[in-house]
Amino acid sequence: MTTDPAKARLVKGATGDWEVIVGLEVHAQVTSRAKLFSGASTAFGGEPNSHVSLVDAAMPGMLPVINRECVAQAVRTGLGLKANINLRSVFDRKNYFYPDLPQGYQISQYKSPIVGEGEIQVDLTPEHSIKVGIERLHLEQDAGKSLHDQSPTMSFVDLNRCGVALMEIVSKPDMRSADEAKAYVSKLRTILRYIGSCDGDMEKGNLRADVNVSVRRPGAPLGMRCEIKNVNSIRFIGQAIETEARRQIAIIEDGGTIEQETRLFDPTRGETRSMRSKEEAHDYRYFPDPDLLPLELDPQYIDALAASLPELPDGKKTRFMADYGLSPYDASVLVAERETADFFESAVNHDGIKRDAKAVANWLMGDLAAHANAQGIPVAEAGLSAASLATLVDLIAEGVISGKIAKDLLVMLLGDDRGAEPRALVEARGLRQVTDAGVIDCAVDAVIAANPDKAEQAKSKPGMLGWFVGQVMKSTGSKANPQAVSDALKRRLGI
Amino acid sequence: MTDLTSLTLAEARDQLKSRAISSVEITTAHLEAIERAKALNAYIVTTADRALRMAGASDARLAKGEGGPLEGLPIGVKDLYATKGVHTQACSHILDGFKPTYESTVTANLWRDGAVMLGKLNMDEFAMGSSNETSYYGPVASPWLPPNWSHDQARAALANGKRGLLTPGGSSGGSSAAVAARLCLAATASDTGGSIRQPAAFTGVVGIKPTYGRCSRWGMVAFASSLDQAGPLARTVRDAAIMLRSMAGPDSKDSTCSPAAVPDYEGALGRSVRGLTIGVPKEYRLDGMNAEIETLWARGAEWLRTAGAKVVDVSLPNTRHALPAYYIVAPAEASSNLARYDGVRYGLREPAADILDLYEKTRGRGFGPEVRRRLLIGAYVLSAGYYDAYYVRAQKIRTLIKRDFERVFSEGVDAILTPATPSAAFGIGEKGSQDPVEMYLNDVFTVTVNMAGLPGLVAPAGLSSEGLPLGLQLIGRPFDEETLFTLGEALERSAGRTSLPARWWA
Repeated sequence: MTTDPAKARLVKGATGDWEVIVGLEVHAQVTSRAKLFSGASTAFGGEPNSHVSLVDAAMPGMLPVINRECVAQAVRTGLGLKANINLRSVFDRKNYFYPDLPQGYQISQYKSPIVGEGEIQVDLTPEHSIKVGIERLHLEQDAGKSLHDQSPTMSFVDLNRCGVALMEIVSKPDMRSADEAKAYVSKLRTILRYIGSCDGDMEKGNLRADVNVSVRRPGAPLGMRCEIKNVNSIRFIGQAIETEARRQIAIIEDGGTIEQETRLFDPTRGETRSMRSKEEAHDYRYFPDPDLLPLELDPQYIDALAASLPELPDGKKTRFMADYGLSPYDASVLVAERETADFFESAVNHDGIKRDAKAVANWLMGDLAAHANAQGIPVAEAGLSAASLATLVDLIAEGVISGKIAKDLLVMLLGDDRGAEPRALVEARGLRQVTDAGVIDCAVDAVIAANPDKAEQAKSKPGMLGWFVGQVMKSTGSKANPQAVSDALKRRLGI
Repeated sequence: MTDLTSLTLAEARDQLKSRAISSVEITTAHLEAIERAKALNAYIVTTADRALRMAGASDARLAKGEGGPLEGLPIGVKDLYATKGVHTQACSHILDGFKPTYESTVTANLWRDGAVMLGKLNMDEFAMGSSNETSYYGPVASPWLPPNWSHDQARAALANGKRGLLTPGGSSGGSSAAVAARLCLAATASDTGGSIRQPAAFTGVVGIKPTYGRCSRWGMVAFASSLDQAGPLARTVRDAAIMLRSMAGPDSKDSTCSPAAVPDYEGALGRSVRGLTIGVPKEYRLDGMNAEIETLWARGAEWLRTAGAKVVDVSLPNTRHALPAYYIVAPAEASSNLARYDGVRYGLREPAADILDLYEKTRGRGFGPEVRRRLLIGAYVLSAGYYDAYYVRAQKIRTLIKRDFERVFSEGVDAILTPATPSAAFGIGEKGSQDPVEMYLNDVFTVTVNMAGLPGLVAPAGLSSEGLPLGLQLIGRPFDEETLFTLGEALERSAGRTSLPARWWA
């Protein structure tokens, strides 16, 4: 049975199929030492109000001055999204009152963003990908944080985050399911991390999304959308979309209409709740910030940034498949994190020898990844160097150790023998596999002698060979070369 | 002994340098004069200890033959400028008790060059006003007497809420009154729509609003960011030139501040006017214009022609749109700039039940009626549905005004001569109480200059038939303050130095 992918992602309602339309506004904190318009530190986790400049606190007469590094990061990101970089962009003021917004306005780019239209290729499966359009990317200030739990009668404000640079990356409404939206966010996160313009740490709130959801009958015009604010994990983004789509479908199927509104997702109750309707929407009174000149960029400046961009995940995946003969799946997994991809490449090419890339990939994505995942750390930081992984693969290829021993060796290298040289460790622990025919013949003879009935049966049932190999391996502490054992058994058993 | 407060800034500078007088002496003389003139309400804070400390340090430097261009010269500072550890409220109640931990770039430049700070000067609240009447600290009385008033009559009025006395103009009313009354050698002021030039004209002193970007706005309480510019008020063109040279200069903390080096403005004084072309814009001749102002303007043009300049008629056709456009742009920016005064971090905080209540009570009580009016106008013109009709159109008009000037300057005109104000100083309480536009009309000759970002200098050009000072305005090319100083001094020479008002208050 074949499934039409377009049909598979439709949602079944009581009255028929529905198509879900999703667009995302991702807020990504720019990696920079200082804030967007002040010299205050962007470090996470400082004492409340310890990273606050006079500008951030909006003291009288203070003026913003653009941080060039944040501009470079936005341009680099735009280039990574294959987007148009606008040579002229303008900072506007978005006016509203809130205690964590000292200026009474957020400096943002409303009409003229720094980055225009672009595109991301999103892999849904290793073989199937979709393109998601980027509408724009603009720079803006983050707000501070209101703390309502410090006193029964008062609210406190922490301005450490206030003024930190954010990139708002707006997608086109090109996604048709929660899975597509999740895949889009993880791909976007991968690109940002490759470029180094955002660390993508969703737990710290450094990457969060406003999710726009609407539903329609397949082929019908777009329905009214609702915006779910500030969803801070990929899992919750998926849940929020599914919950919201179901809510909208239920309303329409009951004869109701969807009101345009801003909603919040409550993951514990698994529902979205209305925050404010269109009527209650703020009038932000946007206008160009007269304290800042329009941001004008030189084409040569953009070219220089483009030249300094690292290889991005799509390019790397294609190259891994071509250069190392990896499957699309393996290549996708390896390039998801730049550090993993780099680790893989240095292991494959260690010491100037090109070794079996598939074997390296298998170890990396198998035992090593399992070990790292169990500890919740990236593969590249699990404690094994790329050189050690390369040596481990070499030891197997050279027949010095068996695959089984290699697994044990890896556990040692990640545990008590952390940092040891694998080849030396094999010698020190006597793990070298036994290939000496005399020794193996002895072991084989002993096993046959101890199991004469089975040896007799094996002559007519060659399938028993496996059992005999197991017994010999056991008796040699797994050090015997399994191929040599198998050959010797066949000889002695006459099969 | 000579009256040390009657010296010009340049004279005092020379006498300090030659050690004929000391900074402590001249500073003390000014502090005493300020004390005696308290009733004028020009100063809202006097920093006597700090002044004497700075003066002592200046004397020590002068004794060693050292010191900056303003070494030991006592000046006053408009309350708009942040002065470290000293009252800085832009004369608003909402900044109640605010003492910044930082010093504005402009005042820091002045102290770097050796100036001595006497105190903070009164002004219209957040520089919004043309008569100094919107100040939380009350109006300032001009040292100039209303026509035919006796000194006794004026002293009685001072004691009686200043009724009938004249305004020194605004918003830099404290600055203009202090300079004219000899309560400082010069003062800092600021100009968003005429706040340096109109007070200069009303009090017979010299004021220059330099090109937008010539002085840093860092540490100057913002009113309308795209229009605000710092500048000096002084008793002579030379004194204004000396002051501006120290105030101006590049500042990496203000993105709109020019990186260009500051010329020696004093060096422009005494240059020949011969060969300069002066434009006289016909659009500044308003219907029903005060005949005395019209005569003064013609006389000014004649003085410059006699001095060797060529005077030509020019046209600035978009002038009539300037005032309405200004009263959209300036309030729009102000409505956003003043949003930070919310009672949360500093200044006034009224007791309140919740955050909305805090905003409403603090801002409702902290801002005076004129400021509230402009914040409402500003929020209105920026709001959805009105933005294009008001703000966008006003910006278009602004571009047209700028182009008018560019065209005239490209046709070979070096400076433009206009009246400074539609009339001589008016009385406290006389204007604007029924219709705020009546007060706004005071800026009709000055706002175009801010809208175009150009430099404008006002110099005294004589007295009205009633004995009140009148001024003329010179508008220059961007960053060509030097030509304005050259021409301003020529006007000053032709008009003869206006006599200073008698010290009837003392």
